[in-house]
Amino acid sequence: MSLLSHKHMLGLRDYSEQDITIILDTAERMREILDRPVKKVPTLRGVTVVNLFFESSTRTRTSFELAEKRLSADTLNFSASGSAVEKGETLLDTARNIEAMRIDVVVMRHKSPGSPHFLARHLDSIIVNAGDGRHEHPTQALLDMLTLREKFGTLKGLRVCLVGDILHSRVAMSNIVGLKTMGANVVLCGPATLIPRGIERFGVEITHSLDDAIQHCDALNILRIQLERQQSGLFPSLREYQKYFGLTRERLDKAPNPLTVLHPGPINRGVEITSDVADGEHSVILRQVTNGVAVRMAVLYLLAGGRAEPESK
Amino acid sequence: MKSSSMNPKYASIDHPAPARSIYFEGARLIDPRSGIDQAAGLLIRDGLISVNPQQIPEGTDRFDLRGHWITPGWFDLHVHLREPGREVAETIVSGCHAAMAGGFTGVACMPNTDPPLDNAGLVGWVRDQAKGLPIDVHVIAAATRERKGKELVDMSELVEAGVRAFTDDGSPIRSSAVLRHAMEYANMLGARIFEHAEDSELVQGGAMNESEWSTSLGLPGMPAIGETIDVVRCILISEYTGAAIHLCHVSTKESVHWIREAKRRGIRVTAEVCPHHLLLNDSACKEFDTNFKMNPPLRAEADRLACIEGFRDGTLDVYCTDHAPHPWESKAQEFDVAPFGVVGLETAMGIALTHFVPTMMDLNTLLERVVYAPRAILAQPVPSLVSGAPANLTLIDPDATMTVDPATFRSRSRNTAFAGWPLKGKAMGVVNRGLAYIA
Ligand SMILES: [Zn+2]
Repeated sequence: MSLLSHKHMLGLRDYSEQDITIILDTAERMREILDRPVKKVPTLRGVTVVNLFFESSTRTRTSFELAEKRLSADTLNFSASGSAVEKGETLLDTARNIEAMRIDVVVMRHKSPGSPHFLARHLDSIIVNAGDGRHEHPTQALLDMLTLREKFGTLKGLRVCLVGDILHSRVAMSNIVGLKTMGANVVLCGPATLIPRGIERFGVEITHSLDDAIQHCDALNILRIQLERQQSGLFPSLREYQKYFGLTRERLDKAPNPLTVLHPGPINRGVEITSDVADGEHSVILRQVTNGVAVRMAVLYLLAGGRAEPESK
Repeated sequence: MKSSSMNPKYASIDHPAPARSIYFEGARLIDPRSGIDQAAGLLIRDGLISVNPQQIPEGTDRFDLRGHWITPGWFDLHVHLREPGREVAETIVSGCHAAMAGGFTGVACMPNTDPPLDNAGLVGWVRDQAKGLPIDVHVIAAATRERKGKELVDMSELVEAGVRAFTDDGSPIRSSAVLRHAMEYANMLGARIFEHAEDSELVQGGAMNESEWSTSLGLPGMPAIGETIDVVRCILISEYTGAAIHLCHVSTKESVHWIREAKRRGIRVTAEVCPHHLLLNDSACKEFDTNFKMNPPLRAEADRLACIEGFRDGTLDVYCTDHAPHPWESKAQEFDVAPFGVVGLETAMGIALTHFVPTMMDLNTLLERVVYAPRAILAQPVPSLVSGAPANLTLIDPDATMTVDPATFRSRSRNTAFAGWPLKGKAMGVVNRGLAYIA
């Protein structure tokens, strides 16, 4: 039934250039729907989607929920706080309960890497990974790619630099595999302690100098830095981090060509990025948010719909 | 085996038959330390062996074992029997049944139970559970009280109770001072320390080997040096004190290198290796299947190859399973949450005969690693197939084929890394302690 060569969206690792292109093309049409006065199509009518969030993420959940509503799916929200999970229910039991309720699609956020793969093994439902620990966050990478393609026309040959905490970032891994698949070059920039082991095997370049990266890249995707990383000894202080890896106006102005700036949010203003950059003319951060809804509509449509055209009147 | 149906009394795993008078006909007897490798008749009478006996007494149970092998009883130096405390996963009895089914006549069980085996009373209790079975359960006691890594257990008393080795396995002994003293004290008593080599802080929170695979899977990694650092620490303390040290479940290339070097320099170090580290690498984790989650974790291919080399040349003295049963509901969890460990007693022999013998090593070398060396490390008598010796032996059908099916395990747990593997060579029975089990 899926228009993609996959039943699930567990990660971008196995998605081909063709699959990703289909998603991005579909997302462009979905974005047109979002610009209409009546922002709703009946494409997923009769399809039940549960948003299974074991970890709170207001923006990703809202984005998915909106995408589902725009496609007329029946939507259910399940969040872990106050739920059976807090009483010790296992993921497998939760899964079995979902199955018993005859859900069609599970959109899932969980702190454990591979947990969507785990559910996919135990359920018949379509699983969409909305972030599994530090592993993958495929729809985020897709919306990043959509935003870049919109800006540059193509991803081929583009030089994209991911800046910051690569080690703990699910956004990074999905972006790396997705961008590489689409023919872009990926540069990683961050302190040595936040660059994961063996990452060079993925065909990326590594630098510890943001100034250097700025000289050679077309776009910077600034990752969120978490305070607790400093507490666990991964870098000396936020001040030092800001000084060497924070994106400021002065830094950006040294770029030979204007750079496009992305950030998956939520932003620590003044830490990994200063406000004048985040709100400046190079920033596409708000466009990413809009594209996020469009990409999620596309993914849900391609996996769970696929019978009717999204344009149906 | 043809004759087993004629002697069903031997086939009960719950109640092994007394080995009063049994005659095995035509088997190949293999006991390299006694220089035996011949087809012969083997009579067991009142628990004692007689090779090619003059006469076979009336009423003897006869088995036609042509095409089969008889070796001295196999011994697994590293198993977790979980009792007391986690009987859902395994009990001493169910673990012994698994050992019998796997062709072992002896196991050494680890003390990380709940409560830990840190006193003579508990050690005696564990041994008592296996009384009616042909399995020697050798208890390795905790090295420190409650396995807390602070105070030494009452080692003298435990050695008097038969203990020959101490370990806090499951964890390393973190303090180098405590490790040093434990080694010195055990050495004074003719015992030795087994170390689960690990720098706990380097591997903290890890779920698999740290590599491009952990990066790709987003799983927190356990670096290989997390093991090797402790291996080197143990070697240095052993050299300094002259006390013996045994390194458990070695898994890294660098560990093998340093152990080989230490042995070359005459340092008193022994080591063991497990089937999963010899046959699998960290790419096995790619589907997030928790049956590939163990500690130490499956390592890189270069580590695996180095372990094989160490296993061949004797740097790694012992082939053991690290049999670590967990109930299915514990393993049916997210990869980072599920417990470490796989079972191994019922697949170890098939794995060895299919994948190691004779392509990688000859049978005599394998027996060195699984019959003699483990018992030597525990200062236990080594069984032999010479006339007059007590019968402690393993029956093997080298041509039997099987596909690993966890549903058929005698262990209470099914967490194997080898489900579905085709294996050639199978244990057909064991005789020990005047008891026989013959499948
Ligand atoms: Zn261990």
